[in-house]
Amino acid sequence: MTTSDKQLVFGLDSFGDVPDDLATDAPVSYEQALQQIVTEAKLADQVGVDVLALGEHHRPEYAISSPETVLAAIAAVTDRIKLSSGVTVLSSDDPVRVYERFATLDALSNGRAQIMLGRGSFTESFPLFGYDLENYDELFEEKTALFNKLLAGGTIDWEGKFTQKLTDVQVYPKLADHQLETYIGVGGTPDSIIRAAYYDFPVILAIIGGDPARFKPYVELYQRASAQFNHPAKPLGMHSHGVIADSAEEAYEIAWKYLRRSMDRIGSDRGWAKMTKERFDFEVKQGSYYVGTPEHVARKIADKMTKVGVKRFDFIYGAGGQTAPVREKTIQLYGTQVIPRVKELLKSGEYHYE
Amino acid sequence: MSTTMNKPVIGILGAGKLGTTLARLSTQAGYPTLIASSKPASKIALAVSVLAPGAQAVTAAELTSQAQIVILALPLGKYQTISRQGLAGKLVLDAMNYWWEVDGKENIFSTPTHSSSELIQEFLGESTVVKAFNHMGYHDLDAEVGQGKDGQRKAIAIAGDDAATVRQAAQLVTDFGFDPVILPSLADGIMLEPGSPLFGADQPKAQLQEMLAAFPESKLGKEISTSNQDS
Repeated sequence: MTTSDKQLVFGLDSFGDVPDDLATDAPVSYEQALQQIVTEAKLADQVGVDVLALGEHHRPEYAISSPETVLAAIAAVTDRIKLSSGVTVLSSDDPVRVYERFATLDALSNGRAQIMLGRGSFTESFPLFGYDLENYDELFEEKTALFNKLLAGGTIDWEGKFTQKLTDVQVYPKLADHQLETYIGVGGTPDSIIRAAYYDFPVILAIIGGDPARFKPYVELYQRASAQFNHPAKPLGMHSHGVIADSAEEAYEIAWKYLRRSMDRIGSDRGWAKMTKERFDFEVKQGSYYVGTPEHVARKIADKMTKVGVKRFDFIYGAGGQTAPVREKTIQLYGTQVIPRVKELLKSGEYHYE
Repeated sequence: MSTTMNKPVIGILGAGKLGTTLARLSTQAGYPTLIASSKPASKIALAVSVLAPGAQAVTAAELTSQAQIVILALPLGKYQTISRQGLAGKLVLDAMNYWWEVDGKENIFSTPTHSSSELIQEFLGESTVVKAFNHMGYHDLDAEVGQGKDGQRKAIAIAGDDAATVRQAAQLVTDFGFDPVILPSLADGIMLEPGSPLFGADQPKAQLQEMLAAFPESKLGKEISTSNQDS
């Protein structure tokens, strides 16, 4: 089976990790980290990446708490690349304000805005903005419903439990001639897949560990749920971590130093033991890390996209304080070599990855 | 698939990532399997049919009345929603862990001298609680099941106080596709909780036993020993 280029989407994702300074090995300032993202977005635009997705976090190791503000700066210096959040933690935000901000971004970027909604894997935003974790599921459920109404762009009437009552109101700015492109980011909760299918939002699967093929049943679940709600299923996507370098050894060393550090830091907050070398090597070889030369990474992406059954792949770059030159190298190789090669491999169907 | 004749009915409370994974392992092992969540059965039926084919989506009340062994796979913070009466007299396997993102910033469920499974045992006074399936990540449970022969398979540690029910739990772990490693008491289950070097362990039996032997030297191990001296 072959896949046409046109249906495929290749993205770059960042959580806004603060890079380490090349000379001192200490984190650069938040100011520098944010400006670095803008530099990288320009590069991604030039090398032909389809979409850049920036996450929302409220933790010391990440500089981006307000992705759409960064995306607006990027809109001014890029021409083609789509500008997305990844994810917007809708549960702890006001859906009307979120919609207004992304509608603004869309206008400023000539229709290049996307939004990815999610419950978020971190929940720091709940106490920060005055929400109770007790209502974790209900908040997301209700706010997604309101956001879905806003997307239609007309007059809104709304009454909810956690949100404002709206009677016969309009929200501005209006989008010119299309709806805001909206995705749902899902980490593997079955209910989230079904909810996305209900609203007919395409899904991006966060596959950050283990054998990616284990997510295949979620693709089937999305398709069957879409059929149950009487609409054709949208294509799904996946996002995963990686490092691309000229040599396999260099990519491995960078990933071992930085990606592992980032995973251990997140894991220790949850009480997980540190990652063993055995586990790390499993992730690089068979699992969810895309680490190596452009050819190796392209083969692995083609293989895993096929095994999971997705049409979009987002490469999470720069995890855990990778320095600016290392981050830019990954972007350069991803755009100029990996993306064209994955398209070629998927088109021919003739590739081999163990 | 082996026969379901004479096998006890397994009930899984919780239909999220862990619950659907355990339901899949249970049906694969040939156990009649029921699964329920806080939602009506119709709301989880589709996900269960795709993610754990063969398992039956039911209400929590139906589950507690029909299942002989119940596995807890709901968020730990919701434990008070479990029906104590419904589970009276049953073997209950506790696979839950404190997870701050959903259970709150403060771990109010366990201390170095009191594991969260002991809290569950106190709450479910008329059930027999055994800690099992908590230390391995749900995606590893899925990937590792039945890999290799006995002795090379990945191990699941079990902690309980009653020898007969621990044996039953060990049989279930074996049938699901893992090698059981039995800890002396329910209280020892603290060694499998978040913060322990064993939390997340995806190892064969011999390595898991080595990790248990080395546990007193770990940070949590030392905290426990200090707390015991203080009390």
